[in-house]
Amino acid sequence: MIALLLRDLKLAVRAGGGFGLALAFFLIVVVLVPFAVGPNTSRLAPIAAGVLWIGALLACLLSLDRMLALDHEDGTLDLLATAPIPLEGVVLVKACAHWLTTGLPLTLVAAPLGVLLNLPQPGYGWLVLSLACGTPALSMIGAFGAALTVGLKRGGLLLSLLVLPLYVPTLIFGAEVARRGAEGLETQVPLLLSCAITLGVLAAMPFAAAAALRINLR
Amino acid sequence: MGSIWEYANPVKFSRTVSAVLPYVAAAALGCLAVGLVWGFFFTPDDYRQGATVKIIYLHVPAAMIAINAWLMMLAASLIWLIRRHHVSALAARAAAPVGLVMTLIALATGAIWGQPMWGTWWAWDPRLTSFLILTLFYLGYIALWEALEDPDTAADLTSVLCLVGSVFAILSRYAVNFWNQGLHQGASVMRVEAVTGADTEEKVSNVFFAPLMVCMAGFVFLFLALVLLRTRTEIHRRRLKAIEARERMA
Amino acid sequence: MLSVTDLTCARGGVPVTEGVSFRLDAGEALVLRGPNGIGKTTLLRVIAGLAPPLAGEVEGAEGIAYAGHADGIKAQLSVTENLRFWAAAFGTTDISPALDAFNLRELAHRMAGTLSAGQKRRLGLARLLVTGRPVWVLDEPTVSLDTASVALFADAVRAHLASGGAALIATHIDLGLEARVLELAPFKAKPATRASDFDEAFL
Repeated sequence: MIALLLRDLKLAVRAGGGFGLALAFFLIVVVLVPFAVGPNTSRLAPIAAGVLWIGALLACLLSLDRMLALDHEDGTLDLLATAPIPLEGVVLVKACAHWLTTGLPLTLVAAPLGVLLNLPQPGYGWLVLSLACGTPALSMIGAFGAALTVGLKRGGLLLSLLVLPLYVPTLIFGAEVARRGAEGLETQVPLLLSCAITLGVLAAMPFAAAAALRINLR
Repeated sequence: MGSIWEYANPVKFSRTVSAVLPYVAAAALGCLAVGLVWGFFFTPDDYRQGATVKIIYLHVPAAMIAINAWLMMLAASLIWLIRRHHVSALAARAAAPVGLVMTLIALATGAIWGQPMWGTWWAWDPRLTSFLILTLFYLGYIALWEALEDPDTAADLTSVLCLVGSVFAILSRYAVNFWNQGLHQGASVMRVEAVTGADTEEKVSNVFFAPLMVCMAGFVFLFLALVLLRTRTEIHRRRLKAIEARERMA
Repeated sequence: MLSVTDLTCARGGVPVTEGVSFRLDAGEALVLRGPNGIGKTTLLRVIAGLAPPLAGEVEGAEGIAYAGHADGIKAQLSVTENLRFWAAAFGTTDISPALDAFNLRELAHRMAGTLSAGQKRRLGLARLLVTGRPVWVLDEPTVSLDTASVALFADAVRAHLASGGAALIATHIDLGLEARVLELAPFKAKPATRASDFDEAFL
C-alpha cells in the first residue's frame, strides 16, 4: 500500500497537472472574486472565509476524475483488484494521495491567499485548521464519486453532480469554523463536528467506494 | 406460496399492476378532487393568511411524498442489493422522477406561499435548504441511472449511491440546522409561520385538517399509481431489450 | 492448482458461455480457443475473480496472476519503476529475473511512455514474473509482439511450467507449447427457452 502511495505521488509530480492545476485554479478563483464583488475591503472581509472554502472545494473537485479513471483506462485497476491489497485499501490510498497532492497544498496556500481577500486577522489560524480538518473528507468523498463514475466515458460532469451534494456537511462545518474564527467567535463545536464528519467518512467511505469499484470492474 | 416475494417476478408483477392500477388511479383522482375542492372552496380563509393558506393542500402532501419517495427508493435499493429482484431496482428507478417532481412542487408552492407571508420568494431557512439539497440528490441519482448502459451495473451503483446519499442527506439536514442558527438568530419568525408552527397547527387541527388528510391520501394514491405505471413500463422496456439480446445471440 | 466447475459467465446480464469445466495442475498449460465474441475475455475475468460467475465455481483463484488487454503500465515511470511497483504490490522484491526473461535490461531506465507497443507488451508480461503467483491467466498475451518476442514469451511460459506453475492462455497463434486446447464454441450459452422462474424472466 505504501508502494501504491509512493507511486501515485511520483506520478502526480511527474505528470504535472496534479499539484499545479489545483493551486492555479484556487489562485484564479480568489483573484476573480474581488473583480466581481468590488474592491471594498469592508465588503470582502466578511465573505473571505467562505470564498476561500469554496475555492478550495472546487479546486479539489477539479482533479477528482483523474484519481481512478487513468488507472482504469490503462488496466492498472484490474491488476490491482487481483493483487493481495484489498480494494478498500486501494481506494483509501488513492484518496490519501489525492489529498497530499491537492488538499494539503491548498491548505498551505489558503493563508497567503486570505491576505488578498482581507481575511480578518484572527481568522488565519482557524482557516488553515478548518481546511486541514475538512479537505481529507473532500478527497475521500471524491474517491467514492470517482469510483461510481469510473467506467463512464465522460464522467467528469456527472462526478461533480454526484459529489457536490455530498460535500454539503463538510463545507458547512468547515466554512463555519473559518468564519467564526475570523469574527472571533467560539469555534469548538463546528470544529469538532467537522472532524467527526472527516473521521466518519474516512472510516466508512472506503467500503462504499470499493463496492462501487468492484461493480464497475466486472 | 403466498409470500410477498412472488411479486418480484416481473410477469406476476405486471399482471397484478394491470389489475390494480385502474383502482389506484381512480382513488387518487377521487381523493384529490374531493380534497382540493373541499379545501379550496368549503373552508374559511385564515384570519391572518387569508386565502393564501389554501396552498397548504398542495404544499404539504407534495413535501411529504418527496421525502417518502426517497425512503421508498432506499428500501427498494436495499431489497435489490440483498435479494437481487430486478423489479425492486426498477421500482426505485421509477420512483425517482416522481420524487423529484414532488420536491419541485413543494419548493414552488412554498415560494408562492412564502412571497405574501414572509415577503420573499426564497429564504435560506433550514427546511427550505434541506429540500433544495434533496432535489440535488434526486438529480444526481437520476443522472447516474441515465448515464450507465448496463442495467445491472446501473442498478447496483444507483443503489450504493442511494444508501450513501441517505446518510449524507440526514447529515446535511442537521448541518443545515446548525448553519442557519449560526447565521441569524431571527429564524424563529419563519418557524412560527412554517407549516408545523404553533400558529397554523391550531387552525389545521380544526377546519383544515380533514380536507388536508383527504389530499394527503390522494397524493399517496397518485404516487402509487405513477410508480406502479412507471415500473411496469420499465419492466416492458427491459423485456424488449432482453428479447433483442436473445435475437442477436440466436 | 486451478479447478473450474460448471462455470456460467454473463456479459451485460446475458449468459455467453455455460457449463465450462476444467482442471489445471502444476506444470500444465491450457490454451483457450474460440471465435471472436464467444466470451473468452469474460470467462478469464470471471476466473480471475474480477467478475462474479452466474453459476459454477472457481477454486484456486487466489494464486492467479492476470494479464488482460491493458498492461497497467504508467508512461511517466521507468521500466524498473513499473516492475518495482508491481513487485511491491504483490509482496516480492526481486525484479531481475523478469528483466532478463523478457530482454528488458537495456530498456530498464527508459520511461515506459517512450517504449514501442511490443516493448510495452513485454513489460506487461514481465510483470507476471514479479507477482510470484503460480497460475498465469493470460488474455491474448502475444498481441503486438514480433516473432522473436513470441519465442521469448513461450520460453518464459515453459520455464514457469517447469518450475511448477500453470498457465491458462487465450490465444489464436501457435506458441509451440505442450498444451491442451479447450475449444470454447461448444459451451456457447443457449438462448433461454421461455424461462418463467423469478427474475430470470428478463433474460
